Amino acid sequence: MSAVGRPLLEVKDLRMHFPITEGIVARRLIGEVKAVDGIDFAVRRGETLGLVGESGCGKTTTGRCILRLNNPTSGQILYDGVDIAKMERKELQALRRRIQVIFQDPYSSLNPRMKVGDIIAEPIKVHGIESDAAKRAARVRELLSVCGLNPRFADRYPHEMSGGQRQRVGIARALALNPEFIVCDEAVSALDVSIQAQVVNLLEDLREEFGLTYLFIAHDLSVVRHLCQRVAVMYLGRIVELADGDELFGNPLHPYTQALLAAVPVPDPSVEAHRTFRPVQGEVPSPINPPPGCVFHPRCPIAVAGCKQARPALREVRPGHFVACSEVH
Amino acid sequence: MPPLLEVMDLHTEFRTGAGLVRAVDGISYTVEAGETVAIVGESGSGKSVSALSLLRLIPDPPGRITHGEIRFAGRDIMQLSDAEMREIRGGDIGMVFQEPMTSLNPVLTIGRQITETLEQHRGADRYAAHRRAVELLGLVGIADADRRLRQYPHQLSGGMRQRIMIAIALACDPKLIIADEPTTALDVTIQAQILELMKDLTRRLNVALIIITHNLGVVARYANRVNVMYAGRLVETGSAPEVYHKPRHPYTQALLRSVPRLDRPRQERLDPVEGQPPDLMRLGSGCAFRPRCRFAVAACEQAQPPLEQAGVAGHLAACFRSQDVCREAAA
Repeated sequence: MSAVGRPLLEVKDLRMHFPITEGIVARRLIGEVKAVDGIDFAVRRGETLGLVGESGCGKTTTGRCILRLNNPTSGQILYDGVDIAKMERKELQALRRRIQVIFQDPYSSLNPRMKVGDIIAEPIKVHGIESDAAKRAARVRELLSVCGLNPRFADRYPHEMSGGQRQRVGIARALALNPEFIVCDEAVSALDVSIQAQVVNLLEDLREEFGLTYLFIAHDLSVVRHLCQRVAVMYLGRIVELADGDELFGNPLHPYTQALLAAVPVPDPSVEAHRTFRPVQGEVPSPINPPPGCVFHPRCPIAVAGCKQARPALREVRPGHFVACSEVH
Repeated sequence: MPPLLEVMDLHTEFRTGAGLVRAVDGISYTVEAGETVAIVGESGSGKSVSALSLLRLIPDPPGRITHGEIRFAGRDIMQLSDAEMREIRGGDIGMVFQEPMTSLNPVLTIGRQITETLEQHRGADRYAAHRRAVELLGLVGIADADRRLRQYPHQLSGGMRQRIMIAIALACDPKLIIADEPTTALDVTIQAQILELMKDLTRRLNVALIIITHNLGVVARYANRVNVMYAGRLVETGSAPEVYHKPRHPYTQALLRSVPRLDRPRQERLDPVEGQPPDLMRLGSGCAFRPRCRFAVAACEQAQPPLEQAGVAGHLAACFRSQDVCREAAA
């Protein structure tokens, strides 16, 4: 395939199993947490792909594998055609100029003892891009104003800023190296409602201005629908549904996606008064010992006997709409 | 009949090294028997402190309730002795907190934590307390009660722990439950289960509920009335449909506009509340929302607007321009 038609990122049969060991001197392997258990997806250049699911579904681990903060157990992560999973240190360092990350918690992801200006300048220094301090400072001022902060904030410490302002600092730091691809791991979840919308708009503006591609990992479905062109739904280490945003939210096919959408209350009492609603029963099983067959079958309202035996593959049931459920046709 | 709970001009302050913080700055509201009232607001708006003040659970120092009256079921909470207060907490007023892992005792079994409440408040003997505990677990939808009662909190999932918290809150047939962000730490499908459970139980047992949350969807689904807080003050109060459909305070209006909604077509852009949240140590004399307000006029700088009737009976807003806010929304 030509470089133009090729997706920027392609994840193929990615698995991340964390060992559980017992014993202090002689470590014995007693089990595995299958955090990510064989997922496939691609991110096209310039798009925002949403990765949604509940805690423990493996969405954050997926992001960390792409950043190589975890070394995947198996599978391929092709970034611009090159496998990230097999990269050596040198190659990884070069890669990190192209892939950056924005973390969830703006309180713990900024070093409290560094000034904001130094936090943003650090990646520029580490990667040896600009050795001149005055030029670095100018770049920091530019990044701050791009992110809607007063350039004078460079001399402040993180604790002097509000949560929303700190998250803007985290975004400015991610932009410092002119990346192409940014993993946003719950980037707006810790923010107050009134501030969340500001940061969502900023992320959209930056995507357009710098031609960025995002992997947007989140659990808030309304924000994901607003920001993402395509959305993948994860459950217990697997992707259960993947489609265009409008299609997924307008016509969810997997019973888990349907349950997830039904569970989100709409901020309108009249709409809620007329909604009949039955929450999905049960809880997410342990990823150490996931159920056989389809992992959702113990909670699934439409499960049949066959669901306990075979793991359903992610099939394309309509153009661009993939579902891993044997009962959806 | 007087309301179940009446809060009048409540002030709670914290003395910190950096200065005085008026976390709750003169709020008044009522809760009727069996009613669900939501308190919404953002971090630092004083919603949790106002609820903890009702139970006199403010750590002193640094905090102190400096002024106000709290009448609960005909008694003045502020005048009660510490022993009487302990009777009320967990007795007539139950509590459910955000983090079930930190509010349950990790070294006691689930069973002990429920029976302790019953023995303390109702003088139940061990046998009766155990029987009631089994019954309570059934009420909150936990199967296999005998085994669960012997387990410790760390052996349960987050949703299960929150069910235990609800069982403890219900143990002594309370008249009121205060739930502080009861589902914020939970996943959305579990959140839905817990909220449905709380709604069902409070209706069935006629328990009033004060639910503190920042989730506007949760409020819309479950609350009869809404109190909106900003910078320690109540800026708007009314029935949920009134407040959501005809907001009279610019903050409420802006907040409702800023959330993306799954039931509406996708917007091109979100409509955020501009500016930064207020710094409680540097509040001027006027309205605290003024720096972020589209409607602000000179008068807003001079004085705090009082909470006054705006619209139908029971709908109050603290804004000099509440009529204009409403008119603009209608246009």
